[in-house]
Amino acid sequence: MPTWMSIRRVLAAGAKNFARGGVVSFATVLIMTVTLGIIGLLLFLSAILDHTLGVIRDKVDVNVYFVTSAQEPAINELADRIRTLPEVAEVTYTSRDEALAEFRLRHAGDQLTLQALEELGGNPLGASLAIKAKDPSQYETVAKFLDSGSALSSGTASIIDRVNYYQNKTVIDRLTGVIRISERAGTAFVLLFSLASIIIALATIRLAIYSARDEIGVMRLVGATNSYIRAPFIVAGMIAGGIAAIIVLFVLYPTSWYVSAKFSSWLGGFNVFTYYLAHFPSIFFTLFGAGVLLGGVASYVAVRRYLRV
Amino acid sequence: MIYFDKVSKRYTDGRPAVEDVTLSISPKEFVSIVGHSGAGKTTLLKLLLAEERPTEGSVFYESIPVHDIPLNALHHFRRKIGTVFQDFRLIPNKTAYENIAFAMEAAGRSDAEIASDVPHILELVDLGDKAHHFPRQLSGGEQQRVAIGRAIINQPDIIVADEPTGNLDPVNTYEVVEILKKINELGTTVIITTHNKGVVDAIGKRVITMDRGRLVRDDAQGHYVL
Repeated sequence: MPTWMSIRRVLAAGAKNFARGGVVSFATVLIMTVTLGIIGLLLFLSAILDHTLGVIRDKVDVNVYFVTSAQEPAINELADRIRTLPEVAEVTYTSRDEALAEFRLRHAGDQLTLQALEELGGNPLGASLAIKAKDPSQYETVAKFLDSGSALSSGTASIIDRVNYYQNKTVIDRLTGVIRISERAGTAFVLLFSLASIIIALATIRLAIYSARDEIGVMRLVGATNSYIRAPFIVAGMIAGGIAAIIVLFVLYPTSWYVSAKFSSWLGGFNVFTYYLAHFPSIFFTLFGAGVLLGGVASYVAVRRYLRV
Repeated sequence: MIYFDKVSKRYTDGRPAVEDVTLSISPKEFVSIVGHSGAGKTTLLKLLLAEERPTEGSVFYESIPVHDIPLNALHHFRRKIGTVFQDFRLIPNKTAYENIAFAMEAAGRSDAEIASDVPHILELVDLGDKAHHFPRQLSGGEQQRVAIGRAIINQPDIIVADEPTGNLDPVNTYEVVEILKKINELGTTVIITTHNKGVVDAIGKRVITMDRGRLVRDDAQGHYVL
């Protein structure tokens, strides 16, 4: 039999099976919609978690304060060497003048403090470096590097006044722990719910095909090959999955808009709607691919059971 | 053409459905297998179709032992046999036309052949005007005629009909028997099971009588005797 002829027949039969399936097709699409809806929700949840953890991570840094006599070239040299550490993401230099300007700005309404500053004369503030690690757990390595003599050119007196890592150590450690646990719990949650919803979808499709088991037996007796019997069921399953994915994508549009309009501040400024629009291609392929694959594979597995006549 | 060699079939509960049956059927014969319910008539047909495996003995089709045919080649064998059942067994979400066309598609026939043969067969079973009805929209007799159409569309060597009139009223029974006789006259071997005396007497051909799994009578010009 020419292949294109069987492909065309299989596609037509699959589409007809789906269209004429009535309640069974409807129920399949409904359950697949719920499954893919859960998967879609999990995509958003993990994005929100990532964003929140990112915000928290961003708030953590280690500051190196220099003595007032430290020269800028020496500080710059140190900053460059810190930048070469593999754990370091970013190093920001604040000069003495900038530190003073910032101080004045922060205490703009506080005449007493400003007056005291004037009386001291000159600039009592040292320059500083703000260091951000790629991961919060790596601050310790950075702090150790600064602590050891290797941070300084040998022979010269230390220009570092103090490093605030040790004051913040407890908080940093605790945050590191929280972030790690949240990431693990998030992954476990996503996997667990995806798995549960996939199992429900598989069971539904199996039930749908169970109702066609006599039909499959008749097709065998009429002399159809296994693959010719099976293929239309797979096509129908893929159609159900594809339609469910499109429904979910449609529903997500107003839902994400509503959620970002109402709850954006709750989510730490994360805009679900913008995220949806920006990541639409990947969300589309994830949901559509999952739907079509789930429908096809579930049908393949389910029909197999009834082909042994 | 068909040869049952000392065939026995016992189900898992140990009850014998067919016991030591030996019989042969020649081409172009019209054979009626009669007997009470549970006499083993349907099991005999299932053994021929390789739907059931014999516990002992062998079933041959043109000297091929049918139970040695591997599962993935069985469809070639089954295309030589058209089957008709008491409960019609049509595909519910396909129209009368599509049910018949499916058997041709399964056999790999072209669209042109399907478009020319199916309407012809629908006319033969007198359903030309109901081609696009689904099985649920047809009466029992009409459904059985669709099933016969499906069974003969690929010009099989044999038609096997298991209680084809079991669910039909006398008028539809008469029509179905007439169609089967016509098919047989055109050269196809027909094997039917029935416990309808009227059907057997109307056919007036070879009658095999089964009782409790055993073959008890085989009459060339038989009548229904039980």
